[in-house]
Amino acid sequence: MNPPTRLVEVRQKVLKQNDLVARTLRERFHAAGVYVVSLVSSPGAGKTRFLELVLSLLRDRYRTAALVGDLATDNDAERLARTQVPVKQITTGTVCHLEADAVAKALEGWRLEELDFLFIENVGNLVCPSSYDLGEDMRLVLFSVTEGEDKPLKYPTIFNTADVAIITKMDLAKAAEFDREAAWRNIQAVRPGMPVLELSAKTGEGVEAFLQLLDSRRSATRRGS
Amino acid sequence: MHELSIALGILDVAIEEAERLGPASVLAVHLRLGPLSGVVKESLLAAYELAREGTPLEKAALVIEEVPVQVLCSACGVERAVLSIQQLYCPECGSPPARIDGGRELEVVALEMEP
Repeated sequence: MNPPTRLVEVRQKVLKQNDLVARTLRERFHAAGVYVVSLVSSPGAGKTRFLELVLSLLRDRYRTAALVGDLATDNDAERLARTQVPVKQITTGTVCHLEADAVAKALEGWRLEELDFLFIENVGNLVCPSSYDLGEDMRLVLFSVTEGEDKPLKYPTIFNTADVAIITKMDLAKAAEFDREAAWRNIQAVRPGMPVLELSAKTGEGVEAFLQLLDSRRSATRRGS
Repeated sequence: MHELSIALGILDVAIEEAERLGPASVLAVHLRLGPLSGVVKESLLAAYELAREGTPLEKAALVIEEVPVQVLCSACGVERAVLSIQQLYCPECGSPPARIDGGRELEVVALEMEP
């Protein structure tokens, strides 16, 4: 006869440590009045190019800063620093995503109450970042017209955790024979009701709509707090 | 591939609980996993095999219960399990959901102990 075994209830979230740090960050962001936007996409979808444009357009109206995550190099921080907003690189080594404590550490020495917007560019990866809350108010998922319309179906989890989808490199849509309707349909299938914006950081097409969305989301948060 | 760090997280939770529960050996760690958690079951099981070596739980198995995603249909008003996470709408009528329930679970729910 087998010895008796017992099942002891535990109920603990595996990522409770990250969730805890993220919750603390979110409280700090709200108390400081800074609206935080994170960006996720596959490598090469145009996160940094998009952010260069957005930072340079926001610079005159808002106090803005950015954190940028990569496995190695500070090339992206150098590029973004040319927009003359404060930028800090987070190099993750071999880690394929940002975690909340890396964000908290990178923010040391920054006075959040002196900021209106903070952007956090995640490591280029459509899988792992989906599990980690960074304390952001809004998560953008970017995908480019050259990646294929079925990207949302291939990576439903990351689309599901995002708040807004941005289709980038629209200036290449025709050359890439991009099927716009299929892309929208696929996004709605994995994340019903998600707002979608089409944008070209090269021509500036669609960026005004994004800035309006940022403004309205930020005011809504501030009214709510 | 972040399943190894997830596996280490599972062990952290389970070892902490096991220590709290006193001297008994853990035969299995029971985990609830949702398809929207971003974690792949097979990869997690493989990573767990590696991660448990040399820990107090090196003999403890990982038992994964996969939980479905449910949607509350905006048209039928009924809650149903979706056909897949590529189709987060009502499987009966195709309407968008009023609410999505579950799917992001990644939690240790129980330890199987002896004695």
